[in-house]
Amino acid sequence: MSNRVVNILVPIISIILGLIVGAIIMYASGYDPIAGYQALWQGIFGDMYSIGNTLRQITPYILAGLAVAFAFRTGLFNIGVEGQLIVGWFAAVWVGYTFELPAIIHLPLALLAAAVAGGFWAFIAGFLKAKLQVHEVIVTIMLNYTALYAVNGLIKYVSDGGYKTPTIHETASLRSDFLKDLTDFSTFHYGLIVALLMAFVMWFLLEKTTRGYELKAVGFNQHAAEYAGMSVKKNIILAMTISGMFAGLAGAMEGLGTFGKMSMMNAFTGVGFDGIAVALLGANTPLGVLFGASLFGSLKYGALNMPNAAGVPEEIVSIIIAVIVLFVASGYVIRLGLQKLAKKKEAK
Amino acid sequence: MEYVIEMLGIRKEFGGFVANDNITLQLEKGEIHALLGENGAGKSTLMNVLFGLYQPEQGEIRVKGKKVNITNPNIANNLGIGMVHQHFMLVENFTVTENIILGAEPTTMGYIKKKKAAEEIAALSKKYGLDVDPHAKIEDITVGMQQRVEILKTLYRGAEILIFDEPTASLTPQEITELIQIMKRLIAEGKSIILITHKLKEIMEVSDRVTVIRKGKGIGTVVTAETSPPQLAELMVGRQVEFTTVKTEATPGDVILQVQNIVVEDYRKVDKVKGLDLQVRSGEIVGIAGIDGNGQSELIEAITGLRKVKAGSISINGKEITNLKPRKITESSVGHIPQDRHKHGLVLDFSIGHNIVLQTYYQQPNSKNGIMNYKAVSKKANQIIEEFDVRTGDGEHTPARALSGGNQQKAIIGREIDRDPDLLIAALPTRGLDVGAIEFIHSRLIEQRDKGKAVLLISFELDEVMNVSDRIAVIYDGKIVDELDPKQTNEQELGLLMAGHSKKGAQA
Ligand SMILES: Nc1ncnc2c1ncn2[C@@H]1O[C@H](COP(=O)(O)OP(=O)(O)OP(=O)(O)O)[C@@H](O)[C@H]1O
Ligand SMILES: [Mg+2]
Repeated sequence: MSNRVVNILVPIISIILGLIVGAIIMYASGYDPIAGYQALWQGIFGDMYSIGNTLRQITPYILAGLAVAFAFRTGLFNIGVEGQLIVGWFAAVWVGYTFELPAIIHLPLALLAAAVAGGFWAFIAGFLKAKLQVHEVIVTIMLNYTALYAVNGLIKYVSDGGYKTPTIHETASLRSDFLKDLTDFSTFHYGLIVALLMAFVMWFLLEKTTRGYELKAVGFNQHAAEYAGMSVKKNIILAMTISGMFAGLAGAMEGLGTFGKMSMMNAFTGVGFDGIAVALLGANTPLGVLFGASLFGSLKYGALNMPNAAGVPEEIVSIIIAVIVLFVASGYVIRLGLQKLAKKKEAK
Repeated sequence: MEYVIEMLGIRKEFGGFVANDNITLQLEKGEIHALLGENGAGKSTLMNVLFGLYQPEQGEIRVKGKKVNITNPNIANNLGIGMVHQHFMLVENFTVTENIILGAEPTTMGYIKKKKAAEEIAALSKKYGLDVDPHAKIEDITVGMQQRVEILKTLYRGAEILIFDEPTASLTPQEITELIQIMKRLIAEGKSIILITHKLKEIMEVSDRVTVIRKGKGIGTVVTAETSPPQLAELMVGRQVEFTTVKTEATPGDVILQVQNIVVEDYRKVDKVKGLDLQVRSGEIVGIAGIDGNGQSELIEAITGLRKVKAGSISINGKEITNLKPRKITESSVGHIPQDRHKHGLVLDFSIGHNIVLQTYYQQPNSKNGIMNYKAVSKKANQIIEEFDVRTGDGEHTPARALSGGNQQKAIIGREIDRDPDLLIAALPTRGLDVGAIEFIHSRLIEQRDKGKAVLLISFELDEVMNVSDRIAVIYDGKIVDELDPKQTNEQELGLLMAGHSKKGAQA
């Protein structure tokens, strides 16, 4: 079996195993697994409204997944996607309600603001790593909290003591009447195009450009990169910043698409952390991230239908997702099984 | 005769590429059995099969006559097989003792009995003459001592059969002599040894028998006493090999490299190069002879911009390059075959093709306006693979990690020579190469010289320094203490100078 086939088989088998475990748990706790999965399916694909909302849910996962994957490919571990997403969200919304501009300028400007804010937040971690060898995992975790509370404070400030920002102008919105009509009043928005475009950008940057070559070289072997005349520090900072820009855009999806504003939060959104699992599922490639995000977004959104339609608690999906991630992460076990299987076939 | 190990008809493939094809190796009890073959012949692969790191597709392994199935290194350990890998597997910031017991810690109720372990290790090291400091950290000890730690690790686990994969490649001549003593003592204590080395001199000196493999196929086993280095070389390569390097008189021209009174610190901020002067002219090869640790590494790193120069100046072609960035220095036409190929020379996770353009990826035709042109990269890679006979499993797409040690080295040398730099710094260029490849690399270095380039050669092997250089500079304690004509000196004189004796002392 070629490596490529195995790489594709591992996540697929993991998903099947996850669903089987989910079914067993449902059955053991007295629920009907078939009804449960039917409800899940309906919740994802049941009608245009569900499909629209599922796609909307997938969008920020793609960008969060790209952020983690990009950092990983350049030798960094960005646990701070959550925080970068939050500052990106706020920046996008602020530009969205503060300025009055034609849509053709306003929307890109708001997106850019999100990318810059997320990028800056990650830059701090990259800078500290490059200049003072502080590990990025520690800094990014701390910056998550900093982002959460700082943005809450900002929201209070801009709303004169309120708990949410004003709503953005139409000209900065990713939503459209056309998509609304098409999907029966779902919150589906054009952000999906931005996410797909960014997946392409990541692929192009890493696989086609000299910058991508450098970033990867520095990620794999700093000594060899230095020997080859690359600036290790500059590339670490840049890699972290680009990763943060993807994360910031994930925030823009919420701010300019789904919600149109930002409210104070007493906990993290979780999207940034889920991005780690998405990247893992997608083996840190752009195409893989699209796949992982689709799976994540679908399951998360479809699960909401389970309590109503089948009386199954939606938390069951969290278990299924956890099992899938576990199997992908320990892909070694599945690989071993596949190898044994292949050997047996040969023997016959 | 009873065999302790029999590997019969072993076949190992890597995705269609056959690395071992029907190889048979039989190890007698109490012998040192050498395994000889060109770079990429499949020696390490065969030993990794024996140690349980790879599973063979065909063939069987017998230990003391009994058929066994070695599916992982733990099974190998239990069968009394120990391996000292070519690249050491030690935890840098652990002590010697901690490293030795790692994975086989003696415990009472979950507590590690370090004291007892230290005593056992002390007893073992005394018995076999393996001198180590049980409390020193790995990062602070020499390569030779690290290797002794690796050997102790196998003995601590009760190994009866020891595999040494190119143990002498990274050792200084003094350390090699010690290692050979150690191997002899191990045999006297009833152990059996499989030894991989490219140095025919060592094979002749310590081994009892030699098994030769060529391009993955077993050629046969000969008794050392009944063979000779030329015969071994011929068995291995399949043709006759030249041993002495043929070269004409050098015709030195302008000064290319000028090093004036430089001072360089090592990573501990201790001066390692202490006011060193050196000149290399176009059309000559200058060899630096010295014992490891006398400032060679720091000197090279200073010239190539990898380490700051504290005082003094360095210039190339009359242009000052002191403390410039590595890229600026590379662009001043400096090539560098680094001492540590895994640390500096290669990005092991890149394909060999990507590695070929490590310093030139940003230049035309490899890229244009920031966009890589991987077609051009392929073309260059294939040209170098062809020209320098880099044996790969899957051409330019092979990950550098999957190349045999010697072929990794050939790829780096190819890359550096192909850039045709005015100054080529070659640090231990033939480390881990087979005799045929060494001959080829030496002739390429001489060819560069004949084209009017300057070559600076750093080597721990006196043979190499004496055969290839036109001028020898002896380094001792951070200074060039003497310069000699290789034709008018000998190993004794060099050895004394390298040990810090003055020339007068050497003659007396
Ligand atoms: N993991 C691997 N995947 C693919 N090919 C491999 C792998 N390991 C080794 N090879 C290939 O198998 C061949 C034999 O490699 P091996 O390391 O056994 O050579 P060797 O005889 O030890 O050479 P050297 O003297 O240079 O160390 C090489 O051509 C190498 O490219
Ligand atoms: Mg080898």
